Amino acid sequence: MLRVQDLATAYGPVRALDGVDLAAEAGVITAVLGANGAGKTTLLRTVSGLAAPNAGTVTFDGEDITGWAPDRIVRRGLAHVPENGGVITELTVADNLRLGGLWRARADRERTRREVLELFPPLAERLDRQAGTLSGGERQMLAIGRALMSGPRAVILDEPSLGLAPMVTARILRVLRELALTVLLVEQNARGALSVATHGYVLSLGRVVADAPAADLLDNDRLRHAYLGF
Amino acid sequence: MPDFLTLTLGGLTNGAIYAALGLALVIIYRATRVVNFAQPALALLCAYLAYSVNRATGGYWLGLLVALVAGGVLGALTERVLMRPLRRSGELAPVIATLGLLMLLQAVSGMIWSAEPKSFPYAFDFRGAFSPAAVFVVVVVLVTAGAVLALFGATTLGLRMRAAAFKPEVASLVGVKVGLMLTIGWTLAAVVGALAGVLAAPPFLSPTVLDAVFVYALTAAVLGGLENPVGTIIGGFGLGVVLSYVSGYVGPELVTLASLAILVLVLTFRPHGLFGRGVARRV
Ligand SMILES: Nc1ncnc2c1ncn2[C@@H]1O[C@H](COP(=O)(O)OP(=O)(O)O)[C@@H](O)[C@H]1O
Ligand SMILES: [Mg+2]
Repeated sequence: MLRVQDLATAYGPVRALDGVDLAAEAGVITAVLGANGAGKTTLLRTVSGLAAPNAGTVTFDGEDITGWAPDRIVRRGLAHVPENGGVITELTVADNLRLGGLWRARADRERTRREVLELFPPLAERLDRQAGTLSGGERQMLAIGRALMSGPRAVILDEPSLGLAPMVTARILRVLRELALTVLLVEQNARGALSVATHGYVLSLGRVVADAPAADLLDNDRLRHAYLGF
Repeated sequence: MPDFLTLTLGGLTNGAIYAALGLALVIIYRATRVVNFAQPALALLCAYLAYSVNRATGGYWLGLLVALVAGGVLGALTERVLMRPLRRSGELAPVIATLGLLMLLQAVSGMIWSAEPKSFPYAFDFRGAFSPAAVFVVVVVLVTAGAVLALFGATTLGLRMRAAAFKPEVASLVGVKVGLMLTIGWTLAAVVGALAGVLAAPPFLSPTVLDAVFVYALTAAVLGGLENPVGTIIGGFGLGVVLSYVSGYVGPELVTLASLAILVLVLTFRPHGLFGRGVARRV
């Protein structure tokens, strides 16, 4: 389980996160929603070690990982799929995948690689292509596949549906749910995220303004109108 | 009239050295986007260390080995002590820092070994157009270049180094120790540079012996587009041969001028190198 307590992260005078508390339960999807600038990306960057918090703690499976370097956090089993996927466009699809989980035993990597290619067949057909030639949906699949290569227990994703066709989004969200990993899913696309999530948080100006089961958030007209825009 | 074959072979030997020093520049540029202007001084210091070891032991090989090891240590130290603190200070600061290091190392070398030229041995007999010493230079550089290419292209270390260079943040998210990759890049480059220094030194080592070589190496790297090792190797050998013809058929005093002319022409008309893509790109 991933837990964030009283987390505060600032860019100079801008307080992007201002005392955030939330938890992602093991084996299910937890959604974090909010408008542009709410602090969603900052939250994930702080959890994965890319940004340093000013206060608060991040605990993962009981271990305090606050302030750890990103490469150490991913080795501990928490993988971050950044905004826009972070596919390395200059490398081939195969090399992007190969980069994931290089520290693992070869047999484990081989097995995960087969699973990833089964999960995302378009990648299997394009292994030798430059990742820069992929479509948006394929890039997102590659980014998620590369994160899975590290054999994570938890995955945190930053707007995987951004710029994708609804069909592609639905497919990616379905795959995420079927994996039964601990997932923290950041989305502006609230309806799609809540349809696969168990629990949801709404972030606004760096604070949690709603914390409820996903079904309740979908039903709460006031919240939907105020923060989720549908 | 100088004979064509002699000029070509001599040019290839010199070109191998330009290629090797150019390769050192390319390795660091690829990893960090910095042109390492301290490279000739690093190589010079290593060549001087080889000289001192040669004098003490009377042999060639231990000196070469010491130079390579010293190159690696100096490269790693440069990255850790000088470049790493500047990682977030913009594009200019690291380049200025390498210029500062250049002057510092030149001064230190001058203080220790003085400006007086020291006689520096060849690895093998150097007489004749097709001498064992010349063959040695060409073969060693080709083998080194092949090893560097294999490292980048066919090993997971090379893959991690490329990832760290292209997208450091993403690389760290997939578990790559980005700082370590930069240190390895500088170490590797400085070892290759030290090799170039030892190969370039004979017959006489002096504080300025690498100055012209560095200009040619930089030209070779620019011919290759600054981040293309294969292009740089071809550029280095090609430049060596062309400059040898200029020296033999036109006049040795025009060699530096010809090299600068080539550098300016390439930067003007093919800023991404002879083999580079024609479009501006940012990595
Ligand atoms: N690198 C940065 N430098 C300064 N301010 C930033 C930076 N990144 C984000 N911010 C600010 O922090 C706040 C939260 O941004 P972000 O975490 O990207 O939100 P979201 O992902 O929800 O759109 C915004 O006000 C944004 O302008
Ligand atoms: Mg964002």
